[in-house]
Amino acid sequence: MSTAISSAEEVHTHDHDHDHEHEHHELGFIRTYIFSEDHKTIAKQYLISGILWAFLGGSLSILFRLQLGFPGMSMEWLRPLLGGWIDESGKLDKEFYLAMVTMHGTIMVFFVLTAGLSGTFSNFLIPLQVGARDMASGFINMLSYWFFFLSSVIMFSSLFIETGPASGGWVIYPPLSALPQAMPGSGLGMTLWLTSMTFFIVSSLMGGINYICTIINLRTRGMTFTRMPLTIWSFFFTAVLGLLSFPVLLSAALLLIFDRSFGTSFYLSEIYIQGQALPNVGGSAILYQHLFWFLGHPEVYIVLLPALGMTSEIIATNSRKPIFGYRAMIGSMMGITALAFIVWAHHMFVTGMNPFLGSVFMFLTLIIAVPSAVKAFNYITTLWKGNLVFTPAMLFSIGLVSLFISGGVTGIILGNSALDINLHDTYFVVAHFHLVMGAASFFGLMAGVYHWFPKMFGRMMNKSLGYIHFWFTFVGVYMVFFPMHYIGIAGFPRRYYTFTALGNDSMAAFTDMNMFISIAAIITFSAQAIFAWNFFYSIFKGKIAPANPWNSNTLEWTTPINPEHGNWPGEIPAVYRWPYDYSKPGAPEDFIPQNVPHSATLESNLPEENAEIAREKDIEGLLGAQNESYTH
Amino acid sequence: MNYLIGLLAIVFFFLAVSVIAKSVKLNNKLSGTEDDDSTVDNFNNANGIGMLIFWLLFVILGSWSFLNARPDFLPIAASEHGVKTDNMFWSSMAVVTFAFFISNTLLFYFAYKYRFNKNRKATFYPVNHKLELIWTVIPAIVMAVLVFTGWRTWRDITSQAPSNAAVIELTGHQFGWYVRYAGVDDGQLGNVNYKLIDETNSLGIDFTDKSSFDDFTATELHLPKGQPVLLKIRAQDVLHSVYLPFHRVKMDAVPGMPTKFWFIPTISTDEMRAKLGKPDFNFKVNCTEVCGRGHFGMSITVFVDEPEDYKKWVAEQKPFLATNPAYLDKVPTNLKSKASKYIPTEPIATDSTEAVSVN
Repeated sequence: MSTAISSAEEVHTHDHDHDHEHEHHELGFIRTYIFSEDHKTIAKQYLISGILWAFLGGSLSILFRLQLGFPGMSMEWLRPLLGGWIDESGKLDKEFYLAMVTMHGTIMVFFVLTAGLSGTFSNFLIPLQVGARDMASGFINMLSYWFFFLSSVIMFSSLFIETGPASGGWVIYPPLSALPQAMPGSGLGMTLWLTSMTFFIVSSLMGGINYICTIINLRTRGMTFTRMPLTIWSFFFTAVLGLLSFPVLLSAALLLIFDRSFGTSFYLSEIYIQGQALPNVGGSAILYQHLFWFLGHPEVYIVLLPALGMTSEIIATNSRKPIFGYRAMIGSMMGITALAFIVWAHHMFVTGMNPFLGSVFMFLTLIIAVPSAVKAFNYITTLWKGNLVFTPAMLFSIGLVSLFISGGVTGIILGNSALDINLHDTYFVVAHFHLVMGAASFFGLMAGVYHWFPKMFGRMMNKSLGYIHFWFTFVGVYMVFFPMHYIGIAGFPRRYYTFTALGNDSMAAFTDMNMFISIAAIITFSAQAIFAWNFFYSIFKGKIAPANPWNSNTLEWTTPINPEHGNWPGEIPAVYRWPYDYSKPGAPEDFIPQNVPHSATLESNLPEENAEIAREKDIEGLLGAQNESYTH
Repeated sequence: MNYLIGLLAIVFFFLAVSVIAKSVKLNNKLSGTEDDDSTVDNFNNANGIGMLIFWLLFVILGSWSFLNARPDFLPIAASEHGVKTDNMFWSSMAVVTFAFFISNTLLFYFAYKYRFNKNRKATFYPVNHKLELIWTVIPAIVMAVLVFTGWRTWRDITSQAPSNAAVIELTGHQFGWYVRYAGVDDGQLGNVNYKLIDETNSLGIDFTDKSSFDDFTATELHLPKGQPVLLKIRAQDVLHSVYLPFHRVKMDAVPGMPTKFWFIPTISTDEMRAKLGKPDFNFKVNCTEVCGRGHFGMSITVFVDEPEDYKKWVAEQKPFLATNPAYLDKVPTNLKSKASKYIPTEPIATDSTEAVSVN
């Protein structure tokens, strides 16, 4: 047995050296940094693309917040940038306002919080935390990024065309999005939107398949499912959600493309527009909404689950305490994943959908509050009697939990179809989803960047700047979105250029508050410059990171400070325990990494864990098979 | 006043920031070196205390801003179901606000209380099934209650409209609403066909249907107080959404798929004006589904009249056919005699009473 292992080791070392040479000889700059198949490089590509997109998406929101906060304001100074989108009177063009709202939503939901969050951290952490040399298919992984890049280029270019980008809201409901005569943005801009999203979906599917395959097949020896960090569980569920729901969006988009370009009537019926009766009959605009929200709702969890997973990891590490209710956390994520597919029509209570369906979806929607509540309580209990280290990542994680609660509770109101009648499409909804999915996921993204930056770039980010960034952002986000609930309760509809048509001076009542929100938004957005500076500066000039800066248990910290392609220079470590052995009674240190066998920690083993010692041999015995899987 | 709060909040914000920034510098000087290699630095306490201070300020400013914004919320609902949903809204709000305060308080308090202390070790506390069971079951029960009450209200709101309901059709188009009443004689809306739309017949009323003969159109919406109203909602070009904020009514207008919403207005325009002390107050129909450039301005005025005023107003309206006798040509021959009774014999008399509205 032992000879078998040692010979396998030899074989492996030999192989590895060979690989190593191979890389050095063949991988030039382009294969290392641009068309790289290394999951770590791809993750960084996603991250940097996501950050650039986030700044663009954020700046669009600042532009329309200026309009909302200061309706009389002259935007003449923006003419050099926006040209014809500033009308003769120096105001923002009304269609461009809608275009910005649309692009802000599209960019933030898909390009920042899906690609930038899940794309970055699923790619980066899955191989490192499950103990794999790379993704199941490095090539498909590379393709996934470059499809995303293509999609980004197309979406970005749509901002510069004469008729403007897509303008019908990020949900692009037909017939508005199907008929170029309905608004200029539904012309070429919408074609580009649909093309871009098609590539985006392709990218996302390639990524998702890879994540699932890697998690199922390439876990290191001893990494059973119940020893996986919650990050990996969350990436797994996210990938499953994406894999099952993105194709439905693709079909919705394809049918819309047919309606727009080939004269079909999937979504169009009995339309009279611009003095013309269109020939289309028999289509259903509601069909599109069903298809869209079948992705659209799971998308919320695609955005949120990775943030929750990373937060679980960061909170446990920095509380120096195991995550409370590990299995309940997995169970609640599983519940959320399953329920995510059967709640979509709560976006459609007042679209004319059969009211009976409304009752069913209200019931299913409110069930999803239960696993969400369990998660929130488990986070809070993890903090209880911990020994909290407030790294910037920890601060952002606590911020996430607070935002998740604050935004989540109003979901209980909106999920109630009777209450949704009045609140649907008002600022109450805007406040709700920006807190629970927008800001919470963004906080997850930030927490992840601060926490794993040392592993990504081998350097530390400046902590003090991180604290300032956190406090600005946290206070700012609440100042922006908390008062929005009030505006919603006052019945202000979203996507309104101005609120004059509500009449009765109701606009005047919230002039100050809208101004306040806009100012808060500008401050919050500007504060992100602190992050950008810290991030880019630290990549090159940051302090060199120690191997395990946060004294964390997971496998990524067992790699060298700057892991090369293949992640571990020698054997991939085996895993003997769950990732949350923090502050275990009897242990000398307050953390026991996953690759430390129970036989080495006799003083701190729980009674049932002593039985694990006998199985360590079996785990070691899997080494040969594991090495085999890498020699193609 | 709001402006003041805004300013104040910003001042607080900058204060907090400057304090942090100063302490950062101070600490750097005191410690002499940049952050040392240990994971816990000098700001750990500040951040932990900051969490609690944040939450205290949040509670104070949050409650204050709520009380301040409250007078500007939508006033009491002007419809029967609206009163019910309003009550349910505020009671649900109470429940979730309670949950919101409890959980956020615990979160920030624990963050403050258990901030790092090198003399303490965290408690190894991985699981407690009883605790988890409790906080699975309690939310589940609360949700069940909310679902049940919500479902009952929803069922009532979306039930079949009473047969005596006044039938009114609202048709959305870029960018406005067409209003059509079922008429006094048969109380039924005639068919429409989008292919019949022309300059005058902007709704495409189908005059081969005899129910359409007495239908009349209007530029404002008049509703009878205390009587059920059935809105039949349609759209001509893209999605729109009928929104009567004060009546808590919202329903999308979908091209090719008529929708409906029925309700009972309970407060007349005059009563609402008196109640709010605003003599020029008017109810409105707005659009809440983005429909293009003019989306935000797509509104018409709604008048809720006392039943007798409403009857009077309806009686004064002339059927579409009466004001546009040319459309008699579109009526099939077997119905011509029926239709022609709506055609005024003396066109001059029609003109004199053609004023659209009494208001």
